[in-house]
Amino acid sequence: MNGIRLELRTHAPWWLNLVLPLAAIGLTLVLCSGLIVLAGANVFTAYTKLFLSSLSTPFNLVETVVKATPLVFTGLAVTVAFRAQFWNIGAEGQLLAGAMAAAFIGAREALPAWSLVPLMILGGALAGSIWALLPAVLKTRYKVDDVVTTLLLNFVLYYGMMALLDGPWKDPLSGYPDSPDIRTAAEFPILLRATRLHLGALLAAAAAVAVWLMMRHTTLGFEISAVGENLKASRYAGINIGAVILLTATTSGALAGLAGVGEVGGIHFQVMSGLSPGYGYTGIVIAMLARLNPIGVVPAAIFFAVIITGAEAMSRATGVPVFLADVIQGMSLITMLAALMLTQYRIRVNRTDHE
Amino acid sequence: MENPSLLEMRGISKRFGNVRANDGVDLTLDDGDILGLLGENGAGKTTLMNILFGVYTPDSGRIAIAGRPVHIRSSSDALAHGVGMVHQHFHLVARHTVLENLMVGQSGRGIRLDRNFILQRMREIEQRFGLHLVPSARVGDLTIGEQQRLEIVKALIRGARILILDEPTAALTPQETEGLFTALRAMASQNMGVIFISHKLNEVMTITHRVVILQQGKVAAEVLNDGSISQQRLAELMCGQECSPPSKSSARLGAVRLRMENLQTQGGARPSLKGVCLKIRGGEILGIAGVSGNGQSELADVIAGMLPPAGGILEINGKPVPRFTPRCMQALGVGRIPEDRMGTGLISALPLSSCMVLPRIQEHHFSRYGFLKHAAIRRFADQQIESFGIKAAGNQVRTGTLSGGNLQKALLARELAWNPTLLLAAQPTRGLDVAAARFVHQRFLDLRDRDGAIVLISEDLEELFALSDRIAVMYEGRIMDILDIQTATVANVGLLMAGVGGAA
Repeated sequence: MNGIRLELRTHAPWWLNLVLPLAAIGLTLVLCSGLIVLAGANVFTAYTKLFLSSLSTPFNLVETVVKATPLVFTGLAVTVAFRAQFWNIGAEGQLLAGAMAAAFIGAREALPAWSLVPLMILGGALAGSIWALLPAVLKTRYKVDDVVTTLLLNFVLYYGMMALLDGPWKDPLSGYPDSPDIRTAAEFPILLRATRLHLGALLAAAAAVAVWLMMRHTTLGFEISAVGENLKASRYAGINIGAVILLTATTSGALAGLAGVGEVGGIHFQVMSGLSPGYGYTGIVIAMLARLNPIGVVPAAIFFAVIITGAEAMSRATGVPVFLADVIQGMSLITMLAALMLTQYRIRVNRTDHE
Repeated sequence: MENPSLLEMRGISKRFGNVRANDGVDLTLDDGDILGLLGENGAGKTTLMNILFGVYTPDSGRIAIAGRPVHIRSSSDALAHGVGMVHQHFHLVARHTVLENLMVGQSGRGIRLDRNFILQRMREIEQRFGLHLVPSARVGDLTIGEQQRLEIVKALIRGARILILDEPTAALTPQETEGLFTALRAMASQNMGVIFISHKLNEVMTITHRVVILQQGKVAAEVLNDGSISQQRLAELMCGQECSPPSKSSARLGAVRLRMENLQTQGGARPSLKGVCLKIRGGEILGIAGVSGNGQSELADVIAGMLPPAGGILEINGKPVPRFTPRCMQALGVGRIPEDRMGTGLISALPLSSCMVLPRIQEHHFSRYGFLKHAAIRRFADQQIESFGIKAAGNQVRTGTLSGGNLQKALLARELAWNPTLLLAAQPTRGLDVAAARFVHQRFLDLRDRDGAIVLISEDLEELFALSDRIAVMYEGRIMDILDIQTATVANVGLLMAGVGGAA
């Protein structure tokens, strides 16, 4: 009899890091093509528009990088946390915390102009850290499940923010539930004239390299990996598990907070309800697609930025709803999780005896 | 041949990838035979028995039972042909009773009939082989020995005539082992066949009639155990010259390295230490004997810095321990080899070099200002791989791919590299083959000769008797007695393990 069975791998070849995400994306596109057909469009045209429109002109290309900026930050935030098996689903809330801090600091008239941008960056990172430390303390102190707390704190922060925006923090000039604009001096410098490419993009790239350096070359990165892989052995080896998880949460929250700082300082100049269309959650998909490799986060974030910006062009040209972009995001997480199994197992078709 | 053998395996071969796990193995078993199956880890014993029990199908070869060719494709096939197997790890439902466990897998009768049928079979088996069990006892409450008896009865109830036992004595007290041997002899005298797999050569010498030795998937030797062969000869047949037994010099006692006075622990469901007193000097190996679950793990956890004691005194090198953390213990010069070498000692997903420096990554040898010294880490790993002869494809290989013996060598290398004044070793040779175990033992004796003190916690009495200078026996969280090796016997250690006698 012939059968397919899964066998444990002794080691995972390096090229799997490249092949698996590509295979997952390919499978996602095949699966999602059914939806395009249902919407009555040509699959090929729809995908061409989806992928190529965002890369077709220099302007669109830059816009894609602008979109990728917060995604790189949230992807890194999730990467660091997941490496330590601190299941931070709360990058969304930490992003908003960072954004609020940046918008608050950026609007302070009393501060000297030159200090605004650095203070926004520091303050935003700090706010994100604090919002991530809350569930980390609950986890290390009282063993409260981190998935639940990080997720639910997103809603606490979002609705708390909306309550402020509808009340004391409402912009008196516009009357909308938006915060007042930050000062002109607080706006992030533009890197490329006549585009929206702002300082945040540079910070995001630097952050990716910094996180990679941290994971690869510091004792903290070493201990994060050890704790994430085996809590008991790490404890036996004398690693202070609680401290490592708290430091991980601090780092993760700061990175997510910086995503919010960039959006406020470089794009919106205020906080409002639509500030983040789920960048924090997309960060989870990006981190998984990058196989928790900080450098891999950059191409994964750009991929999602392409889809998000391309979705509208596709919708205009073919009538396929923009929500396809969300379906692709969700689907690629599922296919990637399935593909990850192949790093530990290999599929084997076995033929058994006929003597 | 006038009478066909009970079991005949001819030319059995099985490959896994490039590895020939079995390569043309022949094996026969007659009625009334107790056959010992010996071999190093990876020699192919388990594969061969899994083929016989229907877990794997062979690539080639024939199996005949009582002269009739058979194809065994699953364990239920094996049972239908009268082949039963007792694995090292039991497959029992802890929350169910003995009777309920025996009913699992029995089909085709009504529940009431089934009950009576099984009760009747249990009585028969008790009469024939002396295997007594209480049908209404909950399996979770049984001792390891009783659980094993249940596994044997389970196989017998399903009609096994050939019984395979994989490392059956690993967790038994000497008395329980004796009871098992009595039952096995009764089976042999009633025309059954037994295949006995073990690393413990003295037991193989005691119980078997014939011994088959596998080496790299082939039958290396087959010898009659008629008194003409020595244990040393068996060891040599198995692994060549490297297994000559370690020679132990007389002890030269140094300063007191560890002192425990009335040490107590508290731990929810686990048995706790109830006033343990111990004293160990440099140049001494103190063996800790006991049936598993009598406080040895807690004792190990305290010395490793994983479990702060609830009361009593613990001094290392004459000074009280300031803080009960792994780092502090390590700083006091305690080397630690945990019982679970992969789950607690090493991290399977990390590269070997990372595992080798795991407990000391914060020290200046391996990092400075929070940055890793990769070159120093790799150099250290390479040195240890070299000096301990660890078989690994480089220092960056995933630790989980190493074999058990090499994992233990890695762990040992990591701890011994810092010249511990006190070494804690829990079950250091469990699951290792003879050559690897001898290697570990030799390193312990070397450390002892260098004035190191070793706390050796083991369930293997042969190991304890070979290495220890004194043996402390634990029972229900207490030290029953500490015996000098000159006067200790297996019998009195066994009684103490069962909670009988002692000074305490």
